[in-house]
Amino acid sequence: MTGREKILYFIYFHRTGLTVLLLSLLLGLFPLLQDNPYILGLSNLVAIYTIVVLGLNLFIGYAGQISLGNAAFFGLGAYGSAILTTDYGFWPWPTMALVAAGVALVALVVGLPALRLSGHYLVMATLGFNIVVYTVFIQWDTLTGGPSGFSGIPYLSVFGWEVDSDIKLHYLVWTFAMICLTLSLNLVRSGVGRGMAAVAGDETAAAALGVNTRVAKVKVFVFSAVLASLAGSLYAHCFSFVNPDTFGIFASVDFVIMVVVGGMGSIWGSLFGATIMTWMPEFIDVFETYKEVIHGLILVVILLFLPQGLVTGLVDAARKRFALSRGRHAAGQ
Amino acid sequence: MLQVSDLKKNFGGLPAVGGVSFEVPAGSVTALIGPNGAGKSTLINCLTGVLPADGGSVRFAGEELVGKPAHAIARCGVARTFQNLRLFPRLSVLENVLCGLTPQAGDSFLGALLRLPRLRNRERRLMLQAMEAIDQFELTAQASFPVSVLPYGDRKRVELARAFVGKPQLVLLDEPVAGLNHAETARIATQVRRLQSQGHTMLLVEHDMDLVMNVADQVVVLDSGRCIARGTPAEIRRNPLVLEAYLGRMSVTA
Repeated sequence: MTGREKILYFIYFHRTGLTVLLLSLLLGLFPLLQDNPYILGLSNLVAIYTIVVLGLNLFIGYAGQISLGNAAFFGLGAYGSAILTTDYGFWPWPTMALVAAGVALVALVVGLPALRLSGHYLVMATLGFNIVVYTVFIQWDTLTGGPSGFSGIPYLSVFGWEVDSDIKLHYLVWTFAMICLTLSLNLVRSGVGRGMAAVAGDETAAAALGVNTRVAKVKVFVFSAVLASLAGSLYAHCFSFVNPDTFGIFASVDFVIMVVVGGMGSIWGSLFGATIMTWMPEFIDVFETYKEVIHGLILVVILLFLPQGLVTGLVDAARKRFALSRGRHAAGQ
Repeated sequence: MLQVSDLKKNFGGLPAVGGVSFEVPAGSVTALIGPNGAGKSTLINCLTGVLPADGGSVRFAGEELVGKPAHAIARCGVARTFQNLRLFPRLSVLENVLCGLTPQAGDSFLGALLRLPRLRNRERRLMLQAMEAIDQFELTAQASFPVSVLPYGDRKRVELARAFVGKPQLVLLDEPVAGLNHAETARIATQVRRLQSQGHTMLLVEHDMDLVMNVADQVVVLDSGRCIARGTPAEIRRNPLVLEAYLGRMSVTA
């Protein structure tokens, strides 16, 4: 093997890790090129949404189920961190973990019965859960501040440094997003991930291969809730203000749209979906005015023509075409 | 190795399998034949836990399988293929075959997230094992293709590779050559004979009599949910009851 081949092999075998590294590097340089606080704030929001969408994408793409309740877990994480750190003086970092553990428990309790259902029933069950949680945020105003929201949430600090500016927040939230991205990539490339993909593909076949389909679905559901909760805690500490409307059912629908735009079962697609759907309204005015209509249209059009989602659908089509052309080539020889 | 005794399955009062008993000795190929609707697929589905059996017992390597869920039966070392292929069309051939190694890949969710070196080494080993199976089933050139682009005959072999990759103790093959043309059937038959010579224990449900008579050590004949005959292929060929079930009473008396 020549030196050049060795390098190419190295790049090929470590393509996932190298892509993550390259992206991290670019993100590290981003604030040097762009210091507009508005843009940075928006980019921070993308990072937080990416974390939620990663979890939801694993659930939709790898368990073959749809949840319209992940904004509730996002909200529980945000309010959990907000209330415990502001009103009760808990340390933010341990609180984040504590709240995530609590949300995992809630997800387990919700998921065990709800995941016996499938298809539309599961969608309804998770939707109902989101409405309940949203109503609690609105009604329990002594604790949550009610419809006007909850403010004065302390910033996080890293080794004594308070993360209070947009640039510092940029590094914090994108570090989290890249860690979650790496963990998700690890997961889907493992035996556990393949078992989950099998469940999404064909439950009977998955069971015949030794996958406990129910346990697999509950595990992914809980994992998606934990990611949403972490993202929620970050959101609260980042913007130091939370409002119930961020966590309503329309937010859940938006997360599903991000998954669909990115492509079901695609980890990179999650990043793409969250980015596109967060930035687009900022650059196209029509988008802002007719947001709901356009979101609905995007969802319908993609599901009609590329049921696997936009990016995944296109990648699948390209892979198919490549395989077919190679197959013909081989047959011709 | 596998002892089925008095296995029963009813569909709304209609007995699809009405008390079937037979045995699959280790290292042998047992063929299960019978006309359409005889209960062959139902029987296979009951053995693998896809359908719950209504009564009877299935002993496999000393363990009772009736009442166990499908995934637990698979983990006892019973693999199967399906009559109508159940592959994962979006995944590549390699990924499909790797799915057959799910129990060997470990169950730790946390371990999978962190991808520790131990797991990475195990993954590498499993990858080699999967590639070996792909090689044996002559799919090497297509290993990276998504299954959805493969012709039907190749897909059948992918399913075989997925069933055999984990070195199961018993494999149930549900009509492995149904819907295949002559050349493809011959290809699968060669594979089945190869597996047989390697000492694999198989239960083969098949309509293709050439294949059955060629590879089976023992043939069990089902008709209307009952076992009507059992014996070597030569005995079955001469059995009047079997001819009757297959060809109808008139043909036998004529």
